[in-house]
Amino acid sequence: MIVQALSFYVFAAVLIVSGVLVVANRNPVYSVLFLILTFFNAAGLFVLLGAEFLAMMLVVVYVGAVAVLFLFVVMMLDINFAELRQGFVRYAGIGAVVGIVLVAEIIFVVSSGAMSPAAGALGGSPMPAGVTNTEALGNILYTDYFYLFQAAGVVLLIAMIGAIVLTHREREGVRRQRIAAQLARDRRSVEIKKVPTGTGI
Amino acid sequence: MNELLREYLPVLIFIIVAAGLSGIMVIASLVLARQKPDSEKLSPYECGFEAFDDARRQFDVRFYLVSILFIIFDLEVAFLFPWAVSLSNIGMFGFWSMMIFLGVLTIGFIYEWKKGALEWE
Repeated sequence: MIVQALSFYVFAAVLIVSGVLVVANRNPVYSVLFLILTFFNAAGLFVLLGAEFLAMMLVVVYVGAVAVLFLFVVMMLDINFAELRQGFVRYAGIGAVVGIVLVAEIIFVVSSGAMSPAAGALGGSPMPAGVTNTEALGNILYTDYFYLFQAAGVVLLIAMIGAIVLTHREREGVRRQRIAAQLARDRRSVEIKKVPTGTGI
Repeated sequence: MNELLREYLPVLIFIIVAAGLSGIMVIASLVLARQKPDSEKLSPYECGFEAFDDARRQFDVRFYLVSILFIIFDLEVAFLFPWAVSLSNIGMFGFWSMMIFLGVLTIGFIYEWKKGALEWE
């Protein structure tokens, strides 16, 4: 029990510190690295909660793919961050006002809404006993939530097509690999020329 | 401590050992080794040369495209894990549900193949 409590506090403390450092760091590459540390600690907290599938997905998808994507974005943008911070003092006042208004709105919405404590249990599927996390998810995701599952597939398809449409462009004057044409070559398509020394073709 | 967390105890011990070992390596080399820094020792170099230019140079957008396509298929694999675990419980409907999902993503895969998004020129 003491190990559990201790590891919770360590994971939570490192998570908060690295989360703050993501925002506070001057170098955006360091920010992404602290983001990866944050993901790892969040995965540790999920394991402590018993949600092991979610923890593993956090490591596989977020650490493995999303963090790499963030690194690419940081490298691609080529923003001069020192230049970006120049207007900080000028916009600090109005930025603070907008931030306070947004926080007040969120507090207002969250505090005014009332929710029955039983609502969560009524809406979601109850956690069945005796099976692992992943199996419990698999038992309902593909059958009970068929339409949502297929909608997820369509969303992924749209993301794929959107990424290609936005970033792919045909380049002129580059030699692509044409495997069929390359394999179809034989000895007769190659011409051998005798080149005299010192003259060239 | 419940049964699930006991299974993760070796992972925790591994993390502690890894963090401790890497910490010891850094601190021991700071404490034990003789430190005589000068400006030439501390300056960065590339294979013996002075650094030619800044490491932070702009990437081609094509890396981003490959990375996004990787994320999408990564998520597809994430959906496959629970399906594989509970395939015996969900019957034919669950099986064909996943086949339709994979079919939709195969449409996207054929599109990106034909579009040449996977070619590197």
